[in-house]
Amino acid sequence: MFKEFVKGLSITFKHLLPGHSTTVQYPKQKLEVSERFRGLHRLVPAHDREKCVACYLCPTVCPAKCITVESAENEKGEKYPRVYKIDLLRCIFCGYCVEACPVEALEMTGNYELANYKREDFTFTKERLLK
Amino acid sequence: MNPEILSLSNSPALFVLAMLVKILAVFSVTMLIVAWATWTERKVIGHMQTRLGPMQTGWHGLLQPIADGLKLFFKEDIIPAEASKVPFILAPMMILIPSLITAAVIPFGPDLKIGNYIIPMQITDLNIGMLYILAMAGLGVYGIVLAGWASNSKYSLLGGIRSSAQMVSYELAAGLSIVAVFMLSETLSMRGIVVAQTGPLWGSIGFLPNWYIFSQPLAFCLFVVCGLAEINRTPFDLPEAETELVSGFCTEYSSMKYALFFMAEYANMIVISAIAATLFLGGWYGPTPWGVVNILGKIFAFMFFFIWLRATFPRVRYDQLMFMGWKVFLPLSLANIVVTGLVVVILQ
Repeated sequence: MFKEFVKGLSITFKHLLPGHSTTVQYPKQKLEVSERFRGLHRLVPAHDREKCVACYLCPTVCPAKCITVESAENEKGEKYPRVYKIDLLRCIFCGYCVEACPVEALEMTGNYELANYKREDFTFTKERLLK
Repeated sequence: MNPEILSLSNSPALFVLAMLVKILAVFSVTMLIVAWATWTERKVIGHMQTRLGPMQTGWHGLLQPIADGLKLFFKEDIIPAEASKVPFILAPMMILIPSLITAAVIPFGPDLKIGNYIIPMQITDLNIGMLYILAMAGLGVYGIVLAGWASNSKYSLLGGIRSSAQMVSYELAAGLSIVAVFMLSETLSMRGIVVAQTGPLWGSIGFLPNWYIFSQPLAFCLFVVCGLAEINRTPFDLPEAETELVSGFCTEYSSMKYALFFMAEYANMIVISAIAATLFLGGWYGPTPWGVVNILGKIFAFMFFFIWLRATFPRVRYDQLMFMGWKVFLPLSLANIVVTGLVVVILQ
């Protein structure tokens, strides 16, 4: 019985020694996220505009139905999304939209600091997603 | 003229002054240790659980006790409508005060000679010092029972009942384990017990001090374990078992009353450490030549050990607690008394 007591005490004492803490001092210190981390979406820009061709595959595949796309044609006759909105309060970060995109116009970044004060701030419009 | 012990009869003014200074010093040092013991506990347990503990307030969270105190001070003081008001308010005081006044008989240094007077480094040297401590430790249980009863809540009441049963069973074993020390020291005065522990071990082994931990190792272990149980520290913290009783006897308390319970817990820790250090580790005597450093160092060592235990061991079950108290510690301490008595008689 005493052997177990000593064993337990020695384990806790070992952890007390410097260099055993696993805490990350969050706001000052941040963890590197994985390359495959599914954080905030980003619309990939190409030259002067977004790559997106408004094919509606992402809102179709989205299980949470959080993507709104309205297509239009520009002066060159190319299709582009006049409106592209993601409602992050609905989004489940499954990444299906990125998988479905045929032109790789959508990707997910490592940004996970998505807290906000107002409900409207969670609706990410095209301008915010292009950043 | 031989120096004489300063008393009320030979120099009233100086006596009162010395007394006030000593009381102030002991009280403030105790309160400071209480405050920063909370910080130490959080830090040590944090690191033992591979966390960091408080880090934001000051350097490594050193100002945390002040922040906690301020926060509790500004909290609303809630008294449940169905509680009995007077005992509810009285209970936290009844827990804190006995633990604080126990510090009065702890000697914290060798006698100081000023002019023709000897000032003992102890608030008061009662010739029944140890009995006084046991009596005060017994008073502490009233506060907890009262808190449990006055809150008029099931959890509080259960906590109070548990603690009274626990304290009664462990005080017996703790009291009996130190009887063996009195048989060796032949005095109940804390100062006398320390004086009896000065000099080399058993008068012959020079490199070890004559501390009672060497003559009474079993009594020492029994006293530390029973002391832990008496002050309701983990692994014997059944009265406030969070997982079962929310917070036990202090469930209904808030604001400064809650803080008083916490202060009492740490003050009790200090007192038990000080008693164990005085009875078994020579109090202010050895290993360094400075008395205050010695006693404080021993108190800190004990408190670190208590915190270490809390980070390591799970709570014992209630039947295990009672089994250990009545069927293991009590017979062991009785046997220790018998053996000590026999050895003392044979050596005479």
